[in-house]
Amino acid sequence: MTSSVYSILGQGIQTLLVLAIAPAITGVTRLVKARLMRKSGPPLLQGYRDLFKLLRKEVIVADTASWLFRVSPYLIFSLAWLAATLVPTFATGLHFSWTGDVIVIVALLGTARFFQTLAGMDVGTAFGGMGSSRESMIATMAEPAMLLVVLNLALIASSSRLPVIADYLVTQPLAIRVSLALALMSLVIVALAENARIPVDNPATHLELTMVHEAMILEYSGRHLALIEAASQLKLVMYGSLIICLFLPFGIASVDSGPAAWFVSLVLYVGKLTLAAITLGLWEVSIAKMRVFRVGEFLGIAFIFAFLGLLLSFVTEELLR
Amino acid sequence: MVDAANPLAMLFIAIALLLGCAMLAAAFRGRVLGLVYPVSLIAASLAVATDLSILLNGTTFTAHLPLGLPTIGLRVRVDALSAFFGIVVNIGTFAAALYGLGRHKQLSARVEPFFAAFAAAMNMVLLADDAFGFLFSWELMSVTSWALVIARHEDAEARRAAHVYLMLASIGTIALLFAFGAMAGPAGGYDFASIRSAERDPLVTGLVLAAVLVGTGSKAGIIPLHAWLPLAHPAAPSHVSALMSGVMTKVAIYGLIRVLFDLLGKPSLWLGAIVLILGAVSTLMGVLYALMQHDLKRLLAYHTVENIGIIFIGLGLSLTFKSNNLDALAALALTAALFHVFNHCLFKSLLFLGAGAILHATGKRDLEVLGGLIHPMPLTALAFLIGCIAISALPPLNGFVSEWLTFQAILQSPSLPHLPMKILLPTVGAVLALSAALAAACFVKAFGIAFLGRPRSQAARDAHEADSFALSAMAILALLCIASGLFPGFFIDALGSLNHALLGTQMPTQSTIPWFSIVPIGDVRSSYDPLLISIFLLFCAGATAIFIHFFASRALRRAPAWDCGFPDPSPSIQYTASGFAQPIRRIYGTITFSAKEQVDMPPPGSSTPARFSVKLHDHIWELLYLAPARYMLAISERLNVFQFLTVRRYLILMFAALISLLVVVMVIT
Repeated sequence: MTSSVYSILGQGIQTLLVLAIAPAITGVTRLVKARLMRKSGPPLLQGYRDLFKLLRKEVIVADTASWLFRVSPYLIFSLAWLAATLVPTFATGLHFSWTGDVIVIVALLGTARFFQTLAGMDVGTAFGGMGSSRESMIATMAEPAMLLVVLNLALIASSSRLPVIADYLVTQPLAIRVSLALALMSLVIVALAENARIPVDNPATHLELTMVHEAMILEYSGRHLALIEAASQLKLVMYGSLIICLFLPFGIASVDSGPAAWFVSLVLYVGKLTLAAITLGLWEVSIAKMRVFRVGEFLGIAFIFAFLGLLLSFVTEELLR
Repeated sequence: MVDAANPLAMLFIAIALLLGCAMLAAAFRGRVLGLVYPVSLIAASLAVATDLSILLNGTTFTAHLPLGLPTIGLRVRVDALSAFFGIVVNIGTFAAALYGLGRHKQLSARVEPFFAAFAAAMNMVLLADDAFGFLFSWELMSVTSWALVIARHEDAEARRAAHVYLMLASIGTIALLFAFGAMAGPAGGYDFASIRSAERDPLVTGLVLAAVLVGTGSKAGIIPLHAWLPLAHPAAPSHVSALMSGVMTKVAIYGLIRVLFDLLGKPSLWLGAIVLILGAVSTLMGVLYALMQHDLKRLLAYHTVENIGIIFIGLGLSLTFKSNNLDALAALALTAALFHVFNHCLFKSLLFLGAGAILHATGKRDLEVLGGLIHPMPLTALAFLIGCIAISALPPLNGFVSEWLTFQAILQSPSLPHLPMKILLPTVGAVLALSAALAAACFVKAFGIAFLGRPRSQAARDAHEADSFALSAMAILALLCIASGLFPGFFIDALGSLNHALLGTQMPTQSTIPWFSIVPIGDVRSSYDPLLISIFLLFCAGATAIFIHFFASRALRRAPAWDCGFPDPSPSIQYTASGFAQPIRRIYGTITFSAKEQVDMPPPGSSTPARFSVKLHDHIWELLYLAPARYMLAISERLNVFQFLTVRRYLILMFAALISLLVVVMVIT
């Protein structure tokens, strides 16, 4: 009885947690970038203020926009939130963790992107089409790479459910696996591409020819824009949680261990996520954005790494036997 | 003979209704042609109901009819496999016939009689229990569909499509003729029961497999035998394209499953690998070809090639597991393949009917002149969008479920004993992942260019909503896509008896799992609950919308598009279908299609426009079709001299032939 109460409670906390910390995590990256460029940077709360400001503003919708343009932000936000909720953050075995395995999570982000790219084309402007076209190109490389990474881990742990994979990796003796290292590199590249970070895209730019993500959402304003921004922040948290859950799962609590253990695990999780956000900021100031047509090569590396990792895990298993 | 309680009698009635109205329509024409669609609707509903009861009960019925060949008669049998494909065929027929009801102003003696005969022939293939019945129905299916392809015979493109289709269909039938001949053996047991029990040499089995793969593959559209699909589907009327692409290719899959899983017994180890590789190549190449198209129906036709590839991957996985005695996993993979058969029938028929509605409303199939159709055709747009989400394998609709099941089967590769196969499975998984992402990009292109943005031509501006028959046909298919996406457990369980018949085992029961979740292997392994996910999505989106509208702001203003401050009223400023696919073409097309871009930039000061052109090569067509045709032509031109010889020379030739044959006989004996 207590275990089901715990699992529901834990699920509730996680669902709200990801939503609550998402603007702050993006804020950390922004702050680190600004400080490294010798600017004072926005305070951590600025992300929340921006969202509330946008939510209260009037929405301006283009004459040529259809219902799809107005429905998409809500769908994209829900899909990103759902995906972030399904990734274990501070505890495994949460109440709804069985509603989707890791393939479902990847596919949910695919659905979100589907609506995002369609919304970009809805108004009928040159920039919207350009953003959608480029985003689709990036997705055709990033999505399979990500799927290969998770297939690799699913094969190692004999399960495609994230809590089981995390539990398996925590209980395994610490060993450096080459295939896991390749998978990590691949997943990091994918995460950079999917979250529209440098060197694939620049989240701070409105310079016409370099935009990808910003070009797609150019026509959005007010509450619609707020939802899309929140969805992007949730997506960043989701990728951070995924990398932490798969590659740094130490300290993750089981849901049955009770609130005290959760708290320790939660602090640890937020710490790891903050560290990841700081690293992202460091990475972004130390590298330049790529030309769009070099992105293919960059993501090709991710795909090849993921595939090599997958093959390696078979070969090593065969050799160890 | 058959008594009335036998479900076979119901299926015979359905076929007789279809054939009868086809003959009546052909004989009387005029207003009788309009009879075809209502009768098809009745026949299809009758057949679906009968097939469903047979599938759920898992029973087999046979009959021996005094038709066909004298003294031998015609053997007929319906089992769970036939019944499942019967459901697929007749749902597709039902939707196409419903769409066809809206054609009452453009009835043609070149279309309607053949439509009914085509539907009847597909049902007949499923019932055949001997080689004669199978091949006869198969040929009837090919010929009637050929007649439908050439219905617009005044169009040179349709004539060319029909020519290529007829050629590939003939190759396929010859291969099948050979396959059944070899299976029956010298004793000539042409009924399926004696084929099942016959002992065969491994070499003969190998030849039969090759012939069956060519025979059914050419009808299903597996690469490299796919050449007719992208030509024939655009040429046929849209509801016929839906039937050919969504349904007839499935009948070919039925033939393949019937031979590989039923007639030939336990598969050899390498067979699964061959089917897997064929499937993987078709999946990837199909979607890459599709991305390069801007004719909507051609694009959809190439997606059929892709989806047939996915079905082949499922079948290959199943054969691989079966040959290693992993029957439970074979059942998982076969279920994934069959579920995809069902799903593809739904969403491909839906998309072709949608393309037909666009064609009817604008007269255009070319994406480059469409745009903004979501405003004049909102309901068609919604149905087409559902089809696009489903075919792109995105949750929570049905296309995702079958791909997810396929991935679950791929994840079982460590249980195989051989390292090469262990590695082949994840490689195929990589191809499947890549194709799924490319398919999503392709349907963003198809939907985005056709329905979103601003109209690119007057025809698109003047478009009107489809008629109510077309809309209801699309609505039924869209609802089925949603239903099978949200409650996949029932569909998996319905396939239980089929798996039991072919593999001796079945997947765990799914429909009793709480919340309609599916757990294909074990709780710890994986699980997916489309219903809860959809409920969460709808609840979350709805609650967010209500919350924001109440507590934050609900103000909305319509204004011209912003477009970074430089909006251009000309619709040609928008991305085109080719432009949308250009980044993807740069990455994948440089090698696959030897894509070459040419830019003619006029010198500074000149007022001539700059020109940009892209040249793509279809290597498969050039190497496997055009090159042999060229050689054949060259050889026959050389041999042409023999046509104009004197009598003396002909006599010498005959004499020489006789001598050389005698020498050959002497050497052999």
